Amino acid sequence: MAYPTKYRYTREHEWIVLDGAIGTIGITDYAQNSLGDIVYVDVPKVGDAVTANATFGSVESVKAVSDLYSPVTGTVTAVNEELKVAPDKINEAPHDTWIIKVELKDPAEWDKLLDAAAYEAFVTEETGK
Amino acid sequence: MRYLPKSPAERQQMLAEIGAGSIDDLFAVIPAEYRLARDLNVPRQQAESEIIRYFREAGARNTTGYTSFLGAGAYQHYRPVVIDSLAQRGEFLTSYTPYQAEITQGTLQAIFEFQTMIAELTGMDVANASMYDGSTGAAEAVLMAMRVTGRHRAVVARSVHPEYREVMATYLRHREMPVTEVDYVAGTGRVELEALEAAVTGETACVLVQSPNFFGVVEDIPALAEIAHRKGALLIVSIAEAVSLGVVRPPLEADIVSLEAQSFGVALSYGGPFCGVIAAREAYLRQMPGRLAGQTVDKDGNRGFVLTLSTREQHIRREKATSNICTNQALVALMATIFLTVYGREGMRELAVHNLAKADYAAKLLSAQPGVKLRFAGSPRLNEFVLETQEPAAAMNHRLLEERIIGGVELSRWYPELENATLWCATEVMPRERIDAAARVLSAGLVEV
Repeated sequence: MAYPTKYRYTREHEWIVLDGAIGTIGITDYAQNSLGDIVYVDVPKVGDAVTANATFGSVESVKAVSDLYSPVTGTVTAVNEELKVAPDKINEAPHDTWIIKVELKDPAEWDKLLDAAAYEAFVTEETGK
Repeated sequence: MRYLPKSPAERQQMLAEIGAGSIDDLFAVIPAEYRLARDLNVPRQQAESEIIRYFREAGARNTTGYTSFLGAGAYQHYRPVVIDSLAQRGEFLTSYTPYQAEITQGTLQAIFEFQTMIAELTGMDVANASMYDGSTGAAEAVLMAMRVTGRHRAVVARSVHPEYREVMATYLRHREMPVTEVDYVAGTGRVELEALEAAVTGETACVLVQSPNFFGVVEDIPALAEIAHRKGALLIVSIAEAVSLGVVRPPLEADIVSLEAQSFGVALSYGGPFCGVIAAREAYLRQMPGRLAGQTVDKDGNRGFVLTLSTREQHIRREKATSNICTNQALVALMATIFLTVYGREGMRELAVHNLAKADYAAKLLSAQPGVKLRFAGSPRLNEFVLETQEPAAAMNHRLLEERIIGGVELSRWYPELENATLWCATEVMPRERIDAAARVLSAGLVEV
């Protein structure tokens, strides 16, 4: 699956896309594929603060629970309620299924994230190990 | 199961296989100064006959023929013989904990049935496979409430078992979770509602109470829940005497119930093993500590059992696990399962009523003796009650002991304000004539002092 070029990525396998000051965050195809069938997503509440590179929740598959790391610092403005009943949406369409939306405190953080090409290279390196 | 030691030849073979010259070589990475250069100073090995003789002699030193009025978290109840006949079968005993979970279908089914019965008894949606005991269960419930609410303060009733509170303090010591204690009403022994109201804030993760509480008094759960919930805190109800659930209304308004299941067919040994269990609302399922057995179907549609939701346990989640518990009391929980199956719905009720009647008889008779008063007299209770005596508690217990009666637990040990108050327990196994005998000893108290 191709990694959308207008998204930015973390080394912890989250993606983020910007709309003004609002960043929409999800996990990558590589992440969902490594996790397997996702059964539960633990997310923060609207209004909670998130910090770049710190955990903001976790995603649970049938074989593991993995932390979710925020690509940026800011405040949670929305949480994808649909995931409460259909967490497997992430497996079906990882790049179109968002988890939380965050209002960025410092838009400059965007520039520190990996672009699609850099992320893809990173994943290739990870899998090649 | 026999323990078969290795022969010297086998040891040599194993050492040769891994390229080590001697057993000591295996410890070569440890600096010599930290290695013990001599044999351990332990007694020589003994023959089977010597070991049996040793234990017979030690066993004969046990005191027998005493009547005990001790309760306070450890209860004497009748244990149907079928419990040991079944629990000690090799199929259960050797697979006592499900290391290779799905291979031990019988063990998993027993755990699943245990969870189902506990959930039914407590009125909760889900129960786990068991915790170490009631004290660790209560402490884990507090940590669970912290995870659920994202808050970091706990309010705990002083009428919760003092040793449970000590265990909780140990668990919380390095968690930066301040605990506020709330007193009991001097006249009723129940939680002071106004004090509770004042103690619970918007930062309180949970309110922990016990019912029946340490004084044997049944708490007003709906009122306590109302106060906790108004500030968004969870209510945790700890139950030390599980038999109470036969007649006492289950704590339906609680968010988490921590139960000590020792009363369900687990013998009183010196220090255990006991059997705790956490039950909760389904919404908090993923924050529950410990393991859960679940029911499923295999590829042919046959009923089967699995360990489920174990992704948050230590063997997978490591330092990020929900709890540091990495086992359960499977064999002890099995005893409780058999006990509950033998008694059944009606039997549980009859057993609890029997306890109620015995303790009521004892409380009335003992408190009718001169210089003896029933404390918290108007409060609802099951099989425990507090007596206040004019005679010092230690002197009274000493005189009882001469009649081979172990009297009530001295409460001043944990509650300085309850001087000469003792906590008594009379269950269904307490013979009425022994209660009468204790009453005769008490009646002589004032004369001798």
